[in-house]
Amino acid sequence: MNELATIIATATPLVYATIGEMINEKAGVINLSLDGSILLSAMVGFAAAVGSGSVIVGFLAAMVVSMAIAALVAFSSIELRLNQIAVGFVLFLLARQLALFFGDPYVGRAGPKVPAWDVPLLADIPFLGTVLFQHNVSVYGSYLLVIATFFYLYKTRPGLALQGVGERPEAAFARGIPVNRLRFVYTLVGGALVGVAGASVSLDQIAGWRENLTTNLGWIALAFVIFGGWHPFRVAIACYVYRGLLYAAGQFQEELPEFVQVLNTLPFLLMIFMLTVVNTQWFRRLGDTHPRWRNFLASDPPSAIGTVFVRE
Amino acid sequence: MIAMLRRSRSVLVSLALSFAVTLLLLIVVDAPPFDALRLLWEGSFGSDTKIADTLMAWIPLVLAAAGLLVTFRAGLWNIGVEGQIVMGAIGAAWAAREVGGPSWFVILAAFVAGVAFGTGWALVPGALRTRFGVHEIFSGVALFFVAGGLAIYLIIGPWSREGIASTSGTDPFPDASWLPTVGRLRLSIPAIVIALAAVAGVYVLLRGTRYGLRLKAVGRNPASAFLMGVPTSRVMLSAFAVCGALGGVAGTVQAIGFHHKLVPSISGGYGFLAILVVLLAGFRAVWIAPIALFFSAILVGSTQLSLRLQIDSSLAGVIQGVLVLFILITGGWQARRALRTAAAPADTLSVGTEP
Repeated sequence: MNELATIIATATPLVYATIGEMINEKAGVINLSLDGSILLSAMVGFAAAVGSGSVIVGFLAAMVVSMAIAALVAFSSIELRLNQIAVGFVLFLLARQLALFFGDPYVGRAGPKVPAWDVPLLADIPFLGTVLFQHNVSVYGSYLLVIATFFYLYKTRPGLALQGVGERPEAAFARGIPVNRLRFVYTLVGGALVGVAGASVSLDQIAGWRENLTTNLGWIALAFVIFGGWHPFRVAIACYVYRGLLYAAGQFQEELPEFVQVLNTLPFLLMIFMLTVVNTQWFRRLGDTHPRWRNFLASDPPSAIGTVFVRE
Repeated sequence: MIAMLRRSRSVLVSLALSFAVTLLLLIVVDAPPFDALRLLWEGSFGSDTKIADTLMAWIPLVLAAAGLLVTFRAGLWNIGVEGQIVMGAIGAAWAAREVGGPSWFVILAAFVAGVAFGTGWALVPGALRTRFGVHEIFSGVALFFVAGGLAIYLIIGPWSREGIASTSGTDPFPDASWLPTVGRLRLSIPAIVIALAAVAGVYVLLRGTRYGLRLKAVGRNPASAFLMGVPTSRVMLSAFAVCGALGGVAGTVQAIGFHHKLVPSISGGYGFLAILVVLLAGFRAVWIAPIALFFSAILVGSTQLSLRLQIDSSLAGVIQGVLVLFILITGGWQARRALRTAAAPADTLSVGTEP
């Protein structure tokens, strides 16, 4: 029971990051700088929270920073028509180095932490209450985000427009949807959520700053968007199952201390394995054999992902 | 000609902007900016030992960048080159520890093992891409972390030093495996020759051979290349293999030419940095060597900053990243303006759009 609660809490930053990246990829823009963005926003969020004494200021500062990075990705890919991968990769390295450069004086310092807060009534539900509702606002926010993203994408008109922009920009444009403006907006939204992910590491999960604080979370998130088939629920489930596996492996390590190196590479072996599985013919056919679950089981990226939309 | 002028203007503007950003960053962290720049220079070219260190950083950077030119030409983002350097170093370390005999033989064995390990490691993302369609960026990054984990496992496990298991590295390799150096300097002339030969080789390969054309066809449009009878998968795999082999050479030089032991961060970030070099060079082989020299000078010089002014040496990475970002953006900006004023041909869009 407590184990499940731990898994839920530790998966939170990953949920924010994957959902954020999924939103801008749904609109057709890849933000490859994710890993650097998370690290830099974690660092800035921590510094701002230490300076102001307020966790909220920390989260806001983290969001502003990673939105600025996202804005650079959006501007150079939409306005300048540069290669998104190239710009994203350069920003990944740059953000990472900036985090190390400015974060140096903050290494090992104590800072504020998101306070624990049980949800009234819900926290008293046997089992589920302990697992889901005895955390803090940052964790509850991630549940709401997953559910809200699902409804927004599949049940609302603007959500449909968002999908149209990423799938068939020409058709969306013909229907009067401002393709490039929406892409810009959703890249910023994705960036803001990535900032939340960073801050939720440095102000909640680990609460502090050090080099490599976010341990390659961004790369794992980028892979999970693919493994999650760009579907909010599948993405979230993947995050929780992944944290669960890591937790189980961590228990195993106590029995066999030599296992630690294998454990550290485990996320990446899993990442390769998962990406291979979703790309097999067997998995690709699953959606066809279970039509009711087609959205959930699909593995195809948004058709116009990474491309430039030019109005003719 | 006009394109060249335009490009040189964008390079000058970017250099000036990056210089301004560097000064600004130094002022923000309360460092004397011009002292810092002087230290940066002295730390990279100030004495013969510093020049030797700069050149030894230049070698893996050039080798990795040369390899990346091949994969980029085939439209592949072999970010995993960083991991291929690690595996090359592991292979070389294994040979240096296990193989006996005359020095030339041990060194040759180390290079063979390094190249084999680097190539093998590069073929994994290659096979995942061509057989399953897994994007090479993600498999490459993942395999880099796996290779890093393997290096640490070897260092604190089977290859640990007598009695102590420490992450500072293995025991130094036997003397026979060390690359010959100039006097007491940590400078290996054969390694420099190998690096230059690699860039020259890649230049010729891409410019004047049928294979180079096939790479380009696959990079530009794999579907039509396939229809034209180019074995797309095999060409992609071979591009990975070439890049992995050069990464393996870089790892070998790092292991037996510089550290003389296996250390956890043996790849030194040179693979990732090489991607910036290639982007800055606009995917052209002739620019690789000078840009790599500039980058390695900043990198080596920045260690002086942290020693003397207590500025984090990540400043080097910040300068390099800012410079490449500015080059990409000013290039794109000019291309957009040119497009707006006149109908420019589509393929001169900008640097960074090629792969």
